[in-house]
Amino acid sequence: MRRWGQKNGDTRAKRAALYGMLVALAFLLSYIETLIPAFFWVPGMKLGLANLVIVMALYLFGWKGGLAISFIRVLLVAFSFTNLFSLYFSLAGAAASLLVMAGLKRGGGFGIIGVSLAGGTAHNIAQLCVAAALLGEGVLYYLPVLLAAGAVTGFCIGLACREILKRLPGMKSRD
Amino acid sequence: MKRKDIILLAGILLAAAILWGCFSLFFPGKQGGYAEIQVGSEIIERIPMSEPCRKIIAGTGGTNTLVIEGGIARIEEADCPDRLCVRQGGISKNGQSIICLPHQLVVRIVEEAEE
Repeated sequence: MRRWGQKNGDTRAKRAALYGMLVALAFLLSYIETLIPAFFWVPGMKLGLANLVIVMALYLFGWKGGLAISFIRVLLVAFSFTNLFSLYFSLAGAAASLLVMAGLKRGGGFGIIGVSLAGGTAHNIAQLCVAAALLGEGVLYYLPVLLAAGAVTGFCIGLACREILKRLPGMKSRD
Repeated sequence: MKRKDIILLAGILLAAAILWGCFSLFFPGKQGGYAEIQVGSEIIERIPMSEPCRKIIAGTGGTNTLVIEGGIARIEEADCPDRLCVRQGGISKNGQSIICLPHQLVVRIVEEAEE
């Protein structure tokens, strides 16, 4: 499979530029998300807009690219908008999500939508586990809602990614 | 969209629905008795939900103003960066909670004020 950006003249500079662009995009989406009051009856529930970029990176550059962009985004966001305490949550969520997504993408015959919605669910489960460890298991009350929310938002993100990837030059449609 | 994707989505939603069913079966949403205030891992206070109250809570690195009126508890004001706790609105039933991550604050509604 030929990856995006490897067509011709795939220099390190070009790759660095692409990564930088995607990090900037993910950072921007995270910022936009802080502005949205969102559908909000569960503490900590979010749309996960930045995951759009992470899923795309996963499909464009493979898991290493996704990991790099995800990690840099989490650090940037934590130091810009939140504090060190929230960093644990973001890190746990991002790591679990990426692990599950990379695993499902590699084996298992899931499409990009399935990969994305599994990632969203894993993200929420991981964050809830950290919350339970730090704040007591009372927060597990929200598990059902967060499960469903992660799946639904992940589904939407996956759908969007599929449409974006279809329209990028040099990409095959991958359902 | 692949078949497996649909199965996965349906599976997760079903699991969520079953869990939710179990939770509401075992923890019925009664009107809450007390608002339990926790900062970090320490419970600092329990306030009866029946009496109107307005209280400034010192969390880790900032304060949140808790207001209880008409059996509903909410965070009215906070100086945390995201103010998600304020946006969340009011809670009134047992088991519900408002969480302010930056200040490591949890306001949870419990039935009894057990020690």
